[in-house]
Amino acid sequence: MSKPYLDIKKNFPVLNRTFDGKPLIYLDTAATSQKPAVVIDAMDRFYRESYGTVRRGVYRLSEKATQAYEGTRHKVANLINAASDREIIYTRGCTESLNLVAYSWGRTFLKPGDEIILSQIEHHANIVPWQIVRDMSGAVIKTIPCDDHGQLLLDEYRKLLSPKTKVVAVNHVSNALGTINPVKEMARLAHEVGAVVVVDGAQSISHMRVDVQDLGADFYAFSSHKMFGPTGAGILYGRYDLLEKMLPFQGGGDMIRQVTFERTTLQVPPHRFEAGTPSIVEVLGLGVAVDYLQTVGLENIEAHEHALLEYGTKLLSEIPGLHLIGTAAKKSGILGFALDGIHPHDIGTLLDMEGIAIRAGHHCAQPTMERFGVPATARASLGPYNTESDLDALAAGIRKIQGMFHH
Amino acid sequence: MSQANELYQQVILDHNRNPRNYHPMPEATHACHGHNPLCGDNITVFAKVDATGQLLEDMSFQGTGCAISKASASLMTSQLKGKPTAEARELFGEFLEMVKGGLDPESQTNHLGKLKLFQGVREYSSRIKCATLAWHALMGALDRKETASTE
Repeated sequence: MSKPYLDIKKNFPVLNRTFDGKPLIYLDTAATSQKPAVVIDAMDRFYRESYGTVRRGVYRLSEKATQAYEGTRHKVANLINAASDREIIYTRGCTESLNLVAYSWGRTFLKPGDEIILSQIEHHANIVPWQIVRDMSGAVIKTIPCDDHGQLLLDEYRKLLSPKTKVVAVNHVSNALGTINPVKEMARLAHEVGAVVVVDGAQSISHMRVDVQDLGADFYAFSSHKMFGPTGAGILYGRYDLLEKMLPFQGGGDMIRQVTFERTTLQVPPHRFEAGTPSIVEVLGLGVAVDYLQTVGLENIEAHEHALLEYGTKLLSEIPGLHLIGTAAKKSGILGFALDGIHPHDIGTLLDMEGIAIRAGHHCAQPTMERFGVPATARASLGPYNTESDLDALAAGIRKIQGMFHH
Repeated sequence: MSQANELYQQVILDHNRNPRNYHPMPEATHACHGHNPLCGDNITVFAKVDATGQLLEDMSFQGTGCAISKASASLMTSQLKGKPTAEARELFGEFLEMVKGGLDPESQTNHLGKLKLFQGVREYSSRIKCATLAWHALMGALDRKETASTE
C-alpha cells in the first residue's frame, strides 16, 4: 500500500489466526489493542531471566528489576512530554487512574457547593468516580451537552464555568463516538476560572501525539492495554505541585516514609500513590509498548488511521439503512453505527461468523446512548494494524447481514 | 458449519421477521415484563391459565429486542400454547441447561423439539440472556411477579 499506510499487521501474532478458516479481522481496538511480539517476548523473557520485586530488595535481581520498572516512568514521561518523571504514577489501568484523581484530589479539595463539570459523552469511568466524590463532598455535577454530530457545545461549556467550578473532567476522544474534543481550548477556559483539568486519554494515547503541557492538562489518565501493552497497568500523569498537596489514594507498603501506630509520614509523589507491590512485569511491558509506539511513530499512526477512517466512513455511508453515530468534524478511528431493523448484538454475533470482531453494546457510555436515542450501537474501531481490506470485509459483512434479515 | 453459524438459520430469522403470537392479551390471567439491561431488550409475556391453574390455554408476547430474544419468545409461545404449566417449567430447565452448554440436545433425552435451534447460543455466553429473556418473563408471570430481569 502507498503512503500514508503502515504495514505492521505482521508484528501482531494473534492477527495471524483464523476462525472457521476465516482470517481474524480485528476492529475492536477501542476496547483493547492487540499486542506486538516485542511486548509479549519481553515480558516472557523478564519472567524467565530477571523477575524480582521492585524498590524493596537489596539483591541484584531486585536492583535490575527496579531499574527496568523505573525505566518505564521515564519513557512514559517522554511520550507525553511531562516536565518530570515524578509526575508519572503507575496504576492498574485508566479506570484506577481516574478514581485516583477523583478520590485523592477530590477528598483533598472539594467542598459543599463546588462544581464538577463533565461532558455528556463520557465513559462511565469518568462519571461514576465523580458521583462518588460528589456524594462524599457535597459538590455538584454539571454536564456539557453535545450536538447531533457528537461535538461538545463550547458556548454551553463557557456558560457553565464560574468561580464555583473546581474541576473539569473530559475525555480527549469519545470511546463511543470518536469525537476528538478541543481539550486545549477547554483547559484554557477552565484555568481562567481557576479549575483543574482532568483528561481521560484512554482513546487518544496510542492514536495521536499527546503533549500534556501543551494541552494544559493538569491530570491525564490512560491504560497500558489500549496502547499495545499488557492489561493490569495504567498511568496517571499529574502536575507535581498538585500531586504534592493530595492525600493518598490507598494505604500500604511503599507509599510511606515511617509508620508507627500513632502516626504515619507519607512518601513524596509519585510513590505516595503507589501502595503495595505493583504490576511489575506489566509496567515493564508497557515500557516496551511505548518504545514500539515511538518506533512506528505516532504521527504515522495518526495519518494511517485517519486515512482508514475516511475510507471506512465512505464505505459505510454508501450502505442503505446504515446510520453512522458520531460524525464530528474532528474524529479519531471509531465508526459507531446502527442498522435499520437489526439489533447491534445481532450485528456483532453475525460479523463474528465472518471472522470480524467488533463491539456491540452501550460502550460503558449510557448517557451518550441516551443522547442519541439508541439502547446500543455497533462499533468498529481502528488500530495501526488495520488495513483497507479489513474495512472492505466489514462492509461486505454488513451487506450480507442485511440480506439475511430483509429477504 | 459451526454451531455458531446454525444460530441464525432461516427459522430464527423468520420468527424474528414474523413473530408468532405477537400481540397484547387483555384477557390474560398472568403477565410479566422482562428486561435485559445489557441489550435494552424489553419483552412482556402474557398467559391465559385455565381455572384449574394447570393449563396454559393461550400465550402471547410483545416488545422490542434483538433477533434472538424475539425469535425465542415467538418459538416459546408457539411451543407452550395449550400445554400444562408444569411442562413449561420443565422445558425452561432444559432450555436453560442447553444454552449454558450443560445439555446436549442431540445426545441427551429432552423435550425441546424446535427449541433446539438455540443451541448455538452456547458459543456466545453474552447472548444467553437474549435467548432466555422471554423464558424468565414467563416464569415471572407464573410466579405472579410483575417484572423479571436476566441479571
